[in-house]
Amino acid sequence: MEQNTAAVIRLESVHKTYHLGEVQVHALRGVTLQIRSGEFVAIMGASGSGKSTLMNILGCLDRPTKGHYWLDDADISHMSKNELARIRNRKLGFVFQQFNLLSRTSALENVELPTIYAGIPPAERHKRAREALERVGLGDRAEHHPSQLSGGQQQRVAIARALVNHPQIVLADEPTGNLDSRTSVEIMDILQRLNEEEGLTVVIVTHEPDIARYAMRAIEFRDGKIRRDQEIEERQIAREVLPTLPSLEDADAEEAEEESKVAPGESPAKAPA
Amino acid sequence: MDFVNTFRLALLALARNKLRSALTMLGIIIGVGAVIATVSIGQGAEYLVQQGIQSMGTNAVFIAAGSNRPGGLRMGSWAIKTLTMDDVQAILREVPMIREAAPAVMGRAQVVYQNQNWSTSILGTTPNYFEIRSWPAQSGVAFSQEEVDLAENVCVLGTTVANFLFANENPVGKIIRIGTLPFRVDGVLESKGQSVMGDDQDDRIFAPYTTVQKKIAGITWIQFINASAVSPEASQAAVQPITALLRERHRIHPGEDDDFFVRTQSEVADLAGQTSRVMTLLLGSVASVSLLVGGIGIMNIMLVSVTERTREIGVRMAVGATEQDVQSQFLIEAVTLSMVGGSIGIMVGLVGSSVINKFLAWPTLISPKAMLIAAMFSVAVGIFFGFYPARKAAQLDPIEALRYE
Ligand SMILES: Nc1ncnc2c1ncn2[C@@H]1O[C@H](COP(=O)(O)OP(=O)(O)OP(=O)(O)O)[C@@H](O)[C@H]1O
Ligand SMILES: [Mg+2]
Repeated sequence: MEQNTAAVIRLESVHKTYHLGEVQVHALRGVTLQIRSGEFVAIMGASGSGKSTLMNILGCLDRPTKGHYWLDDADISHMSKNELARIRNRKLGFVFQQFNLLSRTSALENVELPTIYAGIPPAERHKRAREALERVGLGDRAEHHPSQLSGGQQQRVAIARALVNHPQIVLADEPTGNLDSRTSVEIMDILQRLNEEEGLTVVIVTHEPDIARYAMRAIEFRDGKIRRDQEIEERQIAREVLPTLPSLEDADAEEAEEESKVAPGESPAKAPA
Repeated sequence: MDFVNTFRLALLALARNKLRSALTMLGIIIGVGAVIATVSIGQGAEYLVQQGIQSMGTNAVFIAAGSNRPGGLRMGSWAIKTLTMDDVQAILREVPMIREAAPAVMGRAQVVYQNQNWSTSILGTTPNYFEIRSWPAQSGVAFSQEEVDLAENVCVLGTTVANFLFANENPVGKIIRIGTLPFRVDGVLESKGQSVMGDDQDDRIFAPYTTVQKKIAGITWIQFINASAVSPEASQAAVQPITALLRERHRIHPGEDDDFFVRTQSEVADLAGQTSRVMTLLLGSVASVSLLVGGIGIMNIMLVSVTERTREIGVRMAVGATEQDVQSQFLIEAVTLSMVGGSIGIMVGLVGSSVINKFLAWPTLISPKAMLIAAMFSVAVGIFFGFYPARKAAQLDPIEALRYE
C-alpha cells in the first residue's frame, strides 16, 4: 500500500451495504480514494450513486461495512461511537443542504454549539463564535435567529459553525442545493478563501457542474463506484466571478428586513454575558 | 459538557414551550402538593396523640379494673369491685419500681355555681395524683392528705369547668354545689388538653377519693390506679410484679383471667404512634399516586419533545455530542421539569395545609423532612420517567436524525 503522509483522507476499497429486509442495497462498492491536505474536492454523480453515503463515512457519522478509512492515519473503522463523536467535534466541520441551524436560537449560539461539546469555557466560546461569524462576514448578525436570516446568510452561519473548532476538513453535502446562483457563488467564495488562506481541506457534493468548477478536483460517482477522478481545468475563482454577477445584495438585505418584520415576536435575543 | 450549561439549555428549551411545560408540571405540582398537605394532616394528628401521651405523666403505669382479654368475656370496670385503696398501698409497699401511686374513683356530677349549671365528670383521688401526672395548679392548691383522710367537701377544677362556671371570677375559695352537696374550690389546674382518646381532660372536677366514694358514688372500691415508676425501664419492669401482686391479693387462681389490666405509658405511646404513623403513611401514599401520574405526564411530553427535536439531536451529534451528552441533556430537561414542578408543589402544599388548618380547623404540622422527601421524590420521578425518552434520544442514528422531516 502506498504511503502518503500528506493524505488526510484515505479510503481503501470501502463498501457500504444497507439491508432493507431481504433486499441488500450496495450504496458503495469498493471505493479507494485519497484526499491530500489542502485539497478542494467536488464529488459529483447521479442521484443514488452513493455521494451522501460516502460523505457520511468521511464525516464519521457512519462506518464502512467493509474496507478501511484512515483519517489522519488513524483507522476509524474500529473506533467507538464516543471516539467518532470526538473526531467529528475536533477535526471535521459539516455543512448541510438544509442548513440545519437550531431555530429560536441566535446565530451566535448556533455557532457556539460545537465548542460546548469541546468543553471550552463560556468566555472563550463566545470569542471563538464571534470570530467565526466575522470570518463568514456575519459579525453584525450574531443575535439574529435563523428565521430572521436569508438562506445564504443561514448557510454562512452553518459554515461558521463548521469552522468554530478549527477543523482540518470541511464536508459539505450540496451546500448550494437550496440557494440561488449568486448566493451559491458567494458560498463558494467563502469556501475557496478558507481553503486558500487557511489550508482547510474542503470536500463538497454537488449536482451542478458550474459549482464543481470552483473545486480543484472532481470525483464522479456511478453506482457506488468512482467513475472518474480528475483535476479541474480552468478552475473558477469565485472572487473574480462575483463582480460579473448582478448584485442581489440590496434585495437580500431587504428580504431579511421583511422577514424580521413578519415575525415581531422574534425580537433578537440579548447577548449572553 | 458542563452541568451549568446543560441546565441553562434545559431551562431555555422549557421556556420555549411555556404552556406545555406548565401543563406538564401541573401533574407534579398537584402530586407534591397533595403529599405535603396530607402528610401535614397526618403529622398534625400524630403530634396531638404524642401530646396526649405526654400528658399522662412521666413513666406512667396505669392499672384499671376490668378484663382486657381480647375476645374474652369483658366486664365493664364499673362492675368490678376488687380494686381498692389497699391495692394502691400494697403496690407502693411491695413493688420497688413504683415511686408513686394514686387511686381514681370516677363519677358523674351536676355542678352548680349561682345560675351556672354544668354536667361533668368527677375524679376522686389523692394529692399525689397531680404529681404523678405532672399537672400543677394554676391558682390555689390541690387538696391535702388531711382533707382526703377526713373526706372533706373540697375540690380542684379543670380549666374547662372553671371557665364555664366562673366567667370572670376567681374560683378559689368559692363554694359550688356538686349534686346536692356544697364543695369548696381549693384550686384550678393548668390546662392539659386532649387525651390520647381525644377527650377534653380539662372538663373534670377532682376531689378526695374518700369524698367521692362515700358521698357521690356510694362505693368502697376504686376503678383505676395511676402510678409512676422510678424510670422508663422500671415502668415496663413493674408490670409483672404488679400483676402477680394483684392476682394474689384478688385471690385469682392460676388459669383464671385477671380482673384488672396494666398498661405502661410506653405501650400506649407505641400503639398510638403506630396507628397515627400508619395513617400518615396511608395518606401520603394515596397522594403519591398523583405524583406517579405526574411522572407519566413528564415521560409523555419528553417523548414528544424527542420526536419533535429529532433533527436538532442529529445536528448536535454531527457537531460532536456524544450519546451521554444527548442523554444528559434530555434527562436534565425532565429533572428540571419535575424539580420546578416539585418546588411549586411544595408551596402549593404549604398553602393548602394552612388553608386546611384555618378553614377546617384540622391540626396540621409541616415537617421539613416531608418537604425534603417530596423534593427528592420529584427529582427521582424526573430521573425515572425522563430516562427512557433520554435514552431514546441518545440512541438515535445521527444520519437518520439529520434526515428527519
Ligand atoms: N439508510 C438507508 N437505507 C437503505 N438504503 C439507503 C440508505 N441510505 C441510502 N440508501 C441507498 O443507497 C444508495 C445511495 O444513496 P445516497 O444517499 O448515497 O445517494 P446520493 O448519491 O447522495 O443521491 P442524491 O444525489 O439523491 O443525494 C441509494 O440507492 C439509496 O437508496
Ligand atoms: Mg445525497
